[in-house]
Order: sequence, then C-alpha cells, then structure tokens
Amino acid sequence: MFDNAYEALTEEGDARWAFGTGFADPLSGVDTTVPSGVDGAELAAYCLMLGDDALIMSHRLQEWCTRAPELEDEVAIANIGLDLLGQARLLLARAGKADGTDRGEDEFAFLRTEQAFRNVRLVEVGNADFAFSMARLLVFATWRLALLQRLVDSVDPVLAAIAAKGVKEVAYHRDYAARWVVRLGDGTELSHQRMQNGLTAVWPYVGELFTGHPVESRIGVDPAELRAEFDAVLAQVLTAATLQLPETPALATVLGRSGRDGVHTEEMGYLLAELQSVARAHPDATW
Amino acid sequence: MVISGAREVAETVTDPELPMLTLAELGVLREVEVGQGGRVVVSITPTYTGCPAMDTMRDDLDARLREAGYSEVEIRVVLTPAWSTDWITPSGRRKLAEAGIAPPGPAPRRASGPVPLTLVPPAQLVRCPLCGSPDTVLQSEFSATACKALRRCRSCAEPFEHVKEI
Ligand SMILES: [Zn+2]
Repeated sequence: MFDNAYEALTEEGDARWAFGTGFADPLSGVDTTVPSGVDGAELAAYCLMLGDDALIMSHRLQEWCTRAPELEDEVAIANIGLDLLGQARLLLARAGKADGTDRGEDEFAFLRTEQAFRNVRLVEVGNADFAFSMARLLVFATWRLALLQRLVDSVDPVLAAIAAKGVKEVAYHRDYAARWVVRLGDGTELSHQRMQNGLTAVWPYVGELFTGHPVESRIGVDPAELRAEFDAVLAQVLTAATLQLPETPALATVLGRSGRDGVHTEEMGYLLAELQSVARAHPDATW
Repeated sequence: MVISGAREVAETVTDPELPMLTLAELGVLREVEVGQGGRVVVSITPTYTGCPAMDTMRDDLDARLREAGYSEVEIRVVLTPAWSTDWITPSGRRKLAEAGIAPPGPAPRRASGPVPLTLVPPAQLVRCPLCGSPDTVLQSEFSATACKALRRCRSCAEPFEHVKEI
C-alpha cells in the first residue's frame, strides 16, 4: 500500500509525478547537435520564442482549472495546457542545447527575468472571461498550427520532430476553440454579444503575430507567410459563428519593440511572479 | 542469476496510465539494444508531448532491467517518427476493450497542406465497450488523459473512454 497516489504510480521512484522541477531532460538521448550552417545562438533564440509562447499560454489555460463552466471543459482545457507545457519543455531544452550553455528547462522557465521572455503579448494577458479565452485560444492555435506545419521541414531535425508532434496536438486545440466560438457566437443574444466582445478584445494582439522578429524568418518561418491561412480559417469560423471580424487597431509597440524583443504588458510581471515564486523562494530546490 | 533477454524484460513493463497495457503493446517501446558488456539501450517515444508519464516509464524500465541483472541501462527518447495510435498492437487493442476503453480506429491520413478545420466532429462508429452497441456519441475530445476522448453510450447510458486516433 502507498501513502499517496504519486507513490503508487512511481513505486520505488521518487514521489513526484505530473508536477515539480528537476525532471529528467526531455531530450535525453536525442541527438542535439546543431546542424552545420545553422547559428546555434539564433536557433536557441528561436526555440525560446516558440517555447515561451507555449509556456505562457499554458499558464493562462491552467488558470481555468477549477473555474471552467463544465467539467468536460475543465478537463479539455487542462489537457490543452498540458500539451503546450510539453511543447515548451522540449523547446526550452532544445534552446539550452543549441546555445551551448546546457541550461535546462527549469532555468529558462523559473529564473529568467521578464525582459528575457520572448513570447508574443497575446498569450500573457489575463483571461478576462471564457469568451475572451476561447477567442484567444482560437487565434493562438490557428497561428501556431500554421507555423508548426511549416516547421516540419525545419533544417534542425529536433525542431522538425517537435513540430511534427505539435501539429497533431494543436489541430485538436484549434477545433476545440473554434467549436466554442461557434457555439457562443451562434447561440443566444447574450452569448453572441459576449463572444463578439471577447474577439474584439483579443484583436489588438493579433497584428504582432505576423510582424515577428528577424530571427524568425532567418532560422524558421517568416510569420508574415502565415497570414493568408490564418485569415481563411478565421473567416470560416466567424461566418459559422455569425460574428464580425473586429477592426480594433493593433496594440502599440514600444519604439517598434514588442513581445519578441522582451517588451511585455503590465500583466506579464504578475504572471511570472506567480509562475516563479516557489522556484525563487527555494533556489535549486527540487519538488 | 539467469538473465532473460533484455527485450523480453522491457516488454513486461506496463504503462502507468493504462496499466493493462505494456509499453510494447502501446507502441511506446521502440527499440531495445544490448551492446558490449551487456549495456542496454532502450528507446521510447512519448504518446503526447506533454505526457507526464514519461519519467515514470523511464524509471520503471530502468528498475525492471536492473532487477533482471542488467547493471548498465540507458533510456533514450526518440521523437521521430511521432507516435501514432496505429502502433497499438492487436493484443493492446483487445486489452483496452476488455478494460472498458474503446480502442482507436485508423489514424487520420492527412494530405500535405493546411490541416482542415473540423467545426463539427465527424461521425465515427465507436462501439460501446460495455454493451457492444454502435449507438454512441462524443462527449468531449479530451478526457482524463491526453490520449483519450470521452463518449457516452445511448443504449446502456454509460460513459466510456475512447483512445482517440492520432
Ligand atoms: Zn453501452
């Protein structure tokens, strides 16, 4: 008999399972040599961008645990957050191998300052309400699916493998969000209005997804290439949802700098304070 | 001490989330190689990127092989090709059904180009693993673990899980 479920699962291993720090390197045994002709520092910078997008989006999704409107959605949102956390772990680990520092996932997630995070600002803003969260997830998953699908042919075989797996997962995420947007948009007068408001509130963060950073087009995919596919998918969803494409202007940059340059919104600081509090209070602890 | 074949030993390790299945039946165990001096290298592939059971699988394989007398064990993660439910073996599918979990159908074959959006879940024939009725409906594409969807049987009214095709 075991004192708790985690011990039962791990038997003689340590009593941690789906939480904590100090896990085995998720890329253990994977050949992480940087391909010839690829700049390791640029590859690392790119992996941090995509990894941070997944990590911070996952954090916002996790905030729905115990707060989702239905039990099934609680489970669905937690699963989507877990998929993205898995993508983040691999991408952050890949960054640490590519830049030659051998920094692990924990160091990237828990010990960087706000300015070192490279996620787009879309993922960091607070959840507001369920409609906002579903609009954001639709935008995020549509953009990321288009991106990952192109990265399947990346010059870096590790990135290509992470992308190939991610495509299968994010396709489910996009369908989930799209169905909620349609259900609320094409629902009652009240749900329609709230869904429209949610979409309108998300829209200022959309432009940044397609301007990107020079590193992206050099080493990965030029995000501008994703716009046509993104627009087509959004049009399909919004038509079914009887929603209007918002015309809210894009959020301002700071002298041309935004999330990819480490310039974040006010809410990012609060998010990181929560995400990093235990790691910072107990440096080098494993829990 | 009698040392059984490393592959045979590794094949006895079960999945922590689907304990009725071995990792071999799940298609997670990709390769077992025994090198010079009895060093064993085991390759496993994650079902889903975020699968929290990977560490447990790694520990269990390591422990089982050491118990069997292999003192040098390395567990490697392989990411390509990505895991597919098509790799679940016939005996794995049978054991899933016996445990009340509907096994997956064939994984979708996607053409290249953009992944099509599916606003309405495609109708799918999934038999109830409890009463055998084909009259079942999808409740949610996400369930207690990333690899399963939740369905409900309209004949016996029971909910059940279905390993979703990827
Ligand atoms: Zn039934």
